[in-house]
Amino acid sequence: MRYLPHTPEEIREMLAAIGRSDLDDLFISIPADCRCDGVIAVPAALTEWQLSDLMRDIAATMTVRPDHCVLVGAGRYHHHIPEIVRSLAGRSEFLTSYTPYQPEMAQGTLQGIFEYQTLTARLLGLDVANASLYDGASALAEGLLMGLRIVKRSRRVAVSTAVHPHYREVVRSYLRPTGYEIIDLPFGADGRTDLSLLQGIDGLAAVALQSPNFFGVVEDLARAADPVHDAGALLVTAFTEPLAYGLYRNPGQDGADIACGEGQSLGLPVSFGGAALGMFACRGEFVRSMPGRLVGETVDCEGRRGYVLTLSTREQHIRREKATSNICSNQGLCALTTAIYMAALGGGGLRQLARQNYDRSEYLKAGLVGAGAELVFGGPTFNEFVLRFGDDFAPVRQRLQERGIVAGIELGASYPQLADCWLFCVTEKAMKRDLDTVISEVRP
Amino acid sequence: MNGIVGASGLILDELLLWEKGGKGRRGMSMVAAEVPEAPIAPELCGEGPDFPDLSEIDVVRHYTRLSQWNFGVDSGMYPLGSCTMKYNPKLNDRLAATPEIACVHPMLDDASCQGVLRIMFELQQFLAAITGLDAVSLQPAAGAQGELAGMLIFAAWFQSRGERRTKILIPDTAHGTNPASAALCGFTPVPLKSGADGRLAVETVAAAMDGETAGIMLTNPNTLGIFESNIRAIADVVHSGGGLVYGDGANMNAVMGIADAGKCGIDVMHLNLHKTFSTPHGGGGPGAGPVCVVRVLEPFLPGPRVVQDDGGYRLAAGGPESIGRLHAFHGNFSVLVRAWAYIRSMGPENLRQASRLAVLNANYLKERLKGTLHLPYDQPSLHECVFSDLLQHGAGVTTLDIAKRLIDYGYHPPTIYFPLVVPGAIMIEPTETECRDDLDQFVAALKAVVQEARDNPELLRQAPVRTKVRRLDETRAARHPCLRG
Amino acid sequence: MKDLSELDFPETVRYTEDHEWAAVDGEVVRIGVSDYAQDQLGDIVYVEMPEIGDIFEKGDEFGTLESVKAVSEIYMPVGGEVVAVNEVLVDTPELINQDPYGAWIVEIRATDVGEYDELMSAEDYIEMLRG
Repeated sequence: MRYLPHTPEEIREMLAAIGRSDLDDLFISIPADCRCDGVIAVPAALTEWQLSDLMRDIAATMTVRPDHCVLVGAGRYHHHIPEIVRSLAGRSEFLTSYTPYQPEMAQGTLQGIFEYQTLTARLLGLDVANASLYDGASALAEGLLMGLRIVKRSRRVAVSTAVHPHYREVVRSYLRPTGYEIIDLPFGADGRTDLSLLQGIDGLAAVALQSPNFFGVVEDLARAADPVHDAGALLVTAFTEPLAYGLYRNPGQDGADIACGEGQSLGLPVSFGGAALGMFACRGEFVRSMPGRLVGETVDCEGRRGYVLTLSTREQHIRREKATSNICSNQGLCALTTAIYMAALGGGGLRQLARQNYDRSEYLKAGLVGAGAELVFGGPTFNEFVLRFGDDFAPVRQRLQERGIVAGIELGASYPQLADCWLFCVTEKAMKRDLDTVISEVRP
Repeated sequence: MNGIVGASGLILDELLLWEKGGKGRRGMSMVAAEVPEAPIAPELCGEGPDFPDLSEIDVVRHYTRLSQWNFGVDSGMYPLGSCTMKYNPKLNDRLAATPEIACVHPMLDDASCQGVLRIMFELQQFLAAITGLDAVSLQPAAGAQGELAGMLIFAAWFQSRGERRTKILIPDTAHGTNPASAALCGFTPVPLKSGADGRLAVETVAAAMDGETAGIMLTNPNTLGIFESNIRAIADVVHSGGGLVYGDGANMNAVMGIADAGKCGIDVMHLNLHKTFSTPHGGGGPGAGPVCVVRVLEPFLPGPRVVQDDGGYRLAAGGPESIGRLHAFHGNFSVLVRAWAYIRSMGPENLRQASRLAVLNANYLKERLKGTLHLPYDQPSLHECVFSDLLQHGAGVTTLDIAKRLIDYGYHPPTIYFPLVVPGAIMIEPTETECRDDLDQFVAALKAVVQEARDNPELLRQAPVRTKVRRLDETRAARHPCLRG
Repeated sequence: MKDLSELDFPETVRYTEDHEWAAVDGEVVRIGVSDYAQDQLGDIVYVEMPEIGDIFEKGDEFGTLESVKAVSEIYMPVGGEVVAVNEVLVDTPELINQDPYGAWIVEIRATDVGEYDELMSAEDYIEMLRG
């Protein structure tokens, strides 16, 4: 096997050097009743060529092909990824290194993550960003737990029901055993969260809103910040499509204390939902309550600029059960990838790309409304929106899929009241001719 | 080659991103505007972020230079204990990037996703077979999240039985994530002392086990590289007290096809695919930490999981007892593909042989370094061995100094100052993918460093000298945090 | 880390087993950590302190000291209400390393000044450290 370098002769010599007769002799400390029976029940080894062929066969079973126009978002977004992003992030010095425990031989990772933290903090309009968490959903859960640590004697959090349903499930999983209460906040006819319930809730640590929310609607965060803070709580904003902040106001500008969400949109493939990354930023005063690792700037013994992991006393390897989180890693390579993407795009490019997403999305929205669909929520949107159709849309969608277009997802499974409503997403990858095909297919 | 490989090369300096570039540059092409500009509410509009504008070559040179300041498994030996820094096959990166696989949206219907569901289903089966446990969830995105899943399963199990148990037993050799994960689930960790032989004694567990104790978290082999040979009896004690046994599978690379977690009495176990199953560490992630359980705990696993029936593969949501989702979708899918590819490449015989050779390599290093470094637990050990700097104290040289000097010799240092039970620990895990020549050269380098400690300890205290930066001022970084530019 | 003989243990203050010192002035007790404690911890990078008005009993944890790679809790030598915290330590925690008996952490109004008398003298404390 090509990954195992030992020759039979070397094995014999090494065994002799340690005074063992054979390889099984190395495992005398494992009692007989803990041993495996027979061989592991996995298929026989494949050569490189056989495995490549197998993957080709598996790929051939996939019915939605790379050249399809997929008008689906809901937490993962199809965007163009420049070749340099793949090429640079794939450099093996980045790919095959560990957590930068020895900073002198990991300055590439460390400066790369310091730059990622900086670009993320600027994008979200907050003072400090960490080196990333697992994904947007666990980032939101960690954000709410952080709120519960910061706001003394708090036992409750309020979460908008317009937050991605999977994110809300993850929040429930994280908070359930410790008995913190999660209050659901409803959304109104405009698709924005109704905050009137907030008055009179005691012991509230944090209020979580997603913007743009699951329905693509941009929340009025600026107007939400005051009532949330008046209730003694922190404003925690979630996001699944950070590209929106190229066009819209960012969470920090609108008074968010913590912003957390998914970074996949910025240069990572959709890849069935992973690997991606949780972006996480907060106001500077809360940095010591923050979960996850942080890279900081310093100097070496000769005064040269360099980077290290810092403020580690928050973390599990030092504070153990009193740590701010149990997280031990970050999505290092994914964070680096998004930094490369943000660097390639630049400030001007991000704005232009966000505009492209908005314009194309508005084009399809207006076209479908013109073709008879009803816009379910009146609030402003970025690149996603929800429609209801007079006739059953499923057969239309089936016809479109046969023509290489995946037109939206139905919302009934997560929101029974929105059965027969369809969530669409339009990014810069959607060509006008595909959008026109959808519109003409819907038009009676 | 017998020379020192840590020789300095052509290291180019590089500014921070925002110290470069010029407004109006662009490193990415932009699709043509095909549709008219739509009106937008001005009060919602922002300025857009203050990002530097760079051209494509600016970005390429920037990250190429940064990469050259990094050391990876592809650069050289990386014997970082408990991290299993084995070779990461190139083929698996390419397979994970297969266009039809990388473009799959996770909100599509099952019928559109049969290929990726097949990969996940098979991986679930493979991991069950390798651990000897019955059911697997691939969702946890890292080992620590796998541990969290395990502790959530503990909590949900006792809740379903109407029991309230608040404590969890954790040996002093444990990784810090163990108590942190337990605490997130409302359990209070109770530390257990391991014995003079580096193992946990059955009596220690029996004395601590009571009706308020939810169970035990054990790493096996433990962080000293020693198999907890009392594990069956320990599991019996915990089970008879009504508790559950958690196995931290971080060190699975020692025992594939050799020890059976189910037979050891383990109820829940996470695996680190980025360790045992060769997926690249990426400078700190993404990893993957699937969680495996015995049959009775299957209903508690996070959902959805992949099942197979007459209609093919489909995603089955978690039932009423499930701890719920831990990830927005299916965990780090691209990492799962690589682990699946690794197992398909290796097959059952090579997986077992990988563990045998990993253990051979560690024992060979232990034998050759005995006497050069202090070996606090001289016990039969498996995939790693733990030394200390005790013999170097006279020279005024510490573990940190030895580690830093190894960098000048072209090696990534071992794990240092862990496990905590060994003061000044030097924890070496060579993995199976290092050949004997490489091990011999590493031994020679370490012996040379130890000789330098006697002859000229200042060389160690000043090390490293061949890297882009030398020792960094961590105190300054923490006192006056500068976390962004 | 230094040898005990190189460390300073003034007789003007009293000590706890957890290495805090206390100095009494009327009913106000000033509290810090001993030279031994700062030496063990190394370069202190952050001091987490309570707020004025917080009330603690003898033995309660009232803050933490952090070095780069360790955290150490600090405990009340005597019970009482916090009347002052040493704000200078927020930006210059290294003062604790430089002058552990000058760099006090909090002042409390003691509930029972008698608790002060139960603390160790310098002589007893050094004896305890010698083990």
